[in-house]
Amino acid sequence: MKALILVGGYGTRLRPLTLSAPKPLVDFCNKPILLHQLEALRQAGVSHVVLAVSYMSEALERAMREQEQRLGIRISLSHEKEPLGTAGPLALARELLAEGTEPFFVLNSDVICDFPFAALLRFHRHHGREGSIVVTKVEEPSKYGVVVCDAETGRIHRFVEKPQVFVSNKINAGMYIFNPSLLQRIQLRPTSIEKEIFPVMAEDGQLYAMELQGFWMDIGQPKDFLTGMCMYLQSLRVQHPERLHSGTGFVGNVLVDPSAKIGMNCTIGPNVTIGAGVVVEDGVRIKRCTILKGSQIRSHSWLESCIVGWRSSVGQWVRMENVTVLGEDVIVNDELYLNGASVLPHKSISESVPEPRIIM
Amino acid sequence: MKEILLVGFYQPNEALSHFLVSAQQEFKIPIRYLQEYAALGTGGGLYHFRDQILSGGPEAFFVLNADVCSEFPLPEMLTFQRQRGGTPAFVILGTTANRKQSLNYGCIVANADTHEVLHYVEKPSTFVSEVINCGIYLFTPAIFQHIGEVFQRNQQELLLEETSNGWQRAEVIRLEQDVFTALAGRHALYVYKTDGFWSQIKSAGSAIYANRLYLSQYSQCHPERLACNQPGGPTIRGDVYVHPTAAVDSSAVLGPNVSIGKGVTVGAGVRLRESIILHGASLQDHTCVLNSIVGWDSTIGRWARVEGTPSDPNPNDPYAKIDSETLFRDGRLTPSITILGCNVTIPAEVVILNSIVLPHKELSRSYKNQIIL
Repeated sequence: MKALILVGGYGTRLRPLTLSAPKPLVDFCNKPILLHQLEALRQAGVSHVVLAVSYMSEALERAMREQEQRLGIRISLSHEKEPLGTAGPLALARELLAEGTEPFFVLNSDVICDFPFAALLRFHRHHGREGSIVVTKVEEPSKYGVVVCDAETGRIHRFVEKPQVFVSNKINAGMYIFNPSLLQRIQLRPTSIEKEIFPVMAEDGQLYAMELQGFWMDIGQPKDFLTGMCMYLQSLRVQHPERLHSGTGFVGNVLVDPSAKIGMNCTIGPNVTIGAGVVVEDGVRIKRCTILKGSQIRSHSWLESCIVGWRSSVGQWVRMENVTVLGEDVIVNDELYLNGASVLPHKSISESVPEPRIIM
Repeated sequence: MKEILLVGFYQPNEALSHFLVSAQQEFKIPIRYLQEYAALGTGGGLYHFRDQILSGGPEAFFVLNADVCSEFPLPEMLTFQRQRGGTPAFVILGTTANRKQSLNYGCIVANADTHEVLHYVEKPSTFVSEVINCGIYLFTPAIFQHIGEVFQRNQQELLLEETSNGWQRAEVIRLEQDVFTALAGRHALYVYKTDGFWSQIKSAGSAIYANRLYLSQYSQCHPERLACNQPGGPTIRGDVYVHPTAAVDSSAVLGPNVSIGKGVTVGAGVRLRESIILHGASLQDHTCVLNSIVGWDSTIGRWARVEGTPSDPNPNDPYAKIDSETLFRDGRLTPSITILGCNVTIPAEVVILNSIVLPHKELSRSYKNQIIL
C-alpha cells in the first residue's frame, strides 16, 4: 500500500524550531514528528510513502534515505514548484499513487494521535465507497470546520465551516484513505481538498467518516506541541508504561532519553520530555516541557510549558514559562525571567523578558 | 553626645519601645521618644520640646531627619562650626545634586570662602543652586530665638484672622521655609558640604539603594561586619550582611548588596541579590529573590521567584539622586522593587514581580505589577 504525507512548507508556525530543522524532523517526544507517522504507516502495511514537499531540504532527503533503510520501505519526495494546497500535491504524485487499484492513505504532517490506519482501512473496505476520512470530537466546534455525518454508517452529509449553532462536534482529523479513482477529481493546480473536493464527494455519497478513538492534536504550533506532548505521554502511560521514567524526583509522565543526565534534588514532571545528551543540573524543577537534544539546564532553574531547542543552555536560577521557545543553540544567562519568549537560534539572552515577545 | 531624642507624631507602640530599649543597651546612651500632640512640621516639634532638648545645658545639638541615609559626618560638622568662631553658627549639611534634581530639594547659595548661607529656598520651581540641604543640622540653643520669632508671628497672624478655621496652629513651623530662608544672609547660617554618600529614603525602592550605600560603607570602615566566603559557608558575592543568628545553607549564593536579619532561614540553592530579608523570614530551597524586601516572618516556598525592578539613580551621573517615583504613573503601578509585608506566605513555584504585598497575606498564585491588599 501507499501513503502520501502533506509536508508542505517551511513550518513557520513552529518557528523558531523550524529555522534549524525541517518541521518533520523536529523531535516530538524524542522522535522526529514524521517518524511517528512513518512507523504507524509501515505497521499498517504501507510499503511506499510519498512526501509532498514545497521546498527541498538536504537534511530531509538524507533523513529519509536513512529511514528507508531502517524501516525497509520506499520513501519518495514529490516537490511542488508552486504551492498546490492540500489536493494539488495528490495530482502531482498521480503516477506514484495510481499504480494499482489499492486504496492509499493521505495525511497532514502535523497530526499526532494513536494512528488508526489499520482500522481506517477496514472501515473503508467495509463501506466500499471512494473515500474515508478520520474525524475527532472537539469541545468547541465553532472554531473549526465540522463534519455532519450519519451516526450509524458514517456517511458524510455535509461540511460546515465555523458553525455558529451546534450542528456537530466532529472535525476533520487530517487523515484519509482513498481509492485511486479519487485522482480523477483533482487537477494539477492549487486546490483545497477540504473545501473543493470533499463537499463534492459527500454530495455524491462517496465520502465516509470514521471516528477516532483516543487523543488527537495538531502540533503545528508550540502551544499545541506541548499539549500534544501531554496527550502522547499519557497514551504511553497506558500502552507502554515501561518507556516512562520513574523514581524519586519524577512526577507523572516523564520521558527521558537514556543518555540524559539528571542532577540531585530535582523535581521533573508531570509531562516532561528530555532528549538525548541533555544535562539537567542539581535542584532544577521542570514541568510540561520538551528539552531537545544536547541542551543544558543549570542548577535551581524553574521551567514550565517551554520548548528548549537543541544545544541550548539555560542558566542558574532562570525562570521560563508560558510557552517560551528557545531556538537552537540559545544561551539564557543566569537569573533571568522569560515569560512567553520566542528566541531565535544562536541568541544569547542577557535581559529578562517579562511579557511575551519574539527575541531576534 | 549625651542623649538622643526621637521627635515625631507617630503613636508609640511595642515595636518602638522594644527598639528604644535595645538601642540604649547597644549604644549605652539614653534614648527617648517624644510624641508631638499634632503634626507640627519640621520646626514645630523642636520648639515644642525645647525645654527637653535644652535640659542639661548642651552647647550644641544635632538635628537629623529620620528619612535620610548618609555617612553622617557629624564630627566634621562640629569642627567646622567651631572654626566659624565668635557668633553662634548654625550648620546645614549640604551636598551636590544635578541641576534638574536640585529642584526637589532645599537649595542653598553660599559664599564660596566663608560658607555662609546667602540664600535658601525650598524646592524651587527654577534652578537656584546645585548645593542641596541634606536634612542634617548642627544647632546651638540660640536657634530657638529664631524659631520663637516665627511662632510669635504665626500667633499674631492667626489673631488677625476673623474666624479660625480650626486646623491652623501657630505651633506648626517649617524649619526650612520659615527659619532657614529668614536666616540666610544674616551671618548665622553656614553650609558644610560633604562629598560622602547621601540619599533620601522616602520610597521603599530607596531602601534597597540605602542598604547598598551602608554596606559599601561597611566594606570600607567595618569590613569585619560583612560576610565573607568561608569553607562550609554560602557563596558570598560583593557586600553582604548576615546576622549571626541567621541559618544560611552552604549551597546558597548571596550578593551583592544583601542584608539578612535575625533568625532568618535560607534554604539550599537559594539565590539572593540586591535584597533585604527582615528578621524571622524563611526562604525555602531554590528560591530566587532579586531587588526585593522580604518582611518579618514571611515565608517563600520552594522554587518561587520574588523579583522587583531596581530604581537606582543614574549610575553615569555622580551627582544623581534617587527619584522619588510616584507609586502610579498613567494609571499604572510604576515597576519598582517587590515588597512583602510581615508574615506574608508565598507558595512554591510562583513568581511575584514588581508587586507590593500587604502584611499577613497568604498568596496562592503568581502576581505581577500589583498591590495585593
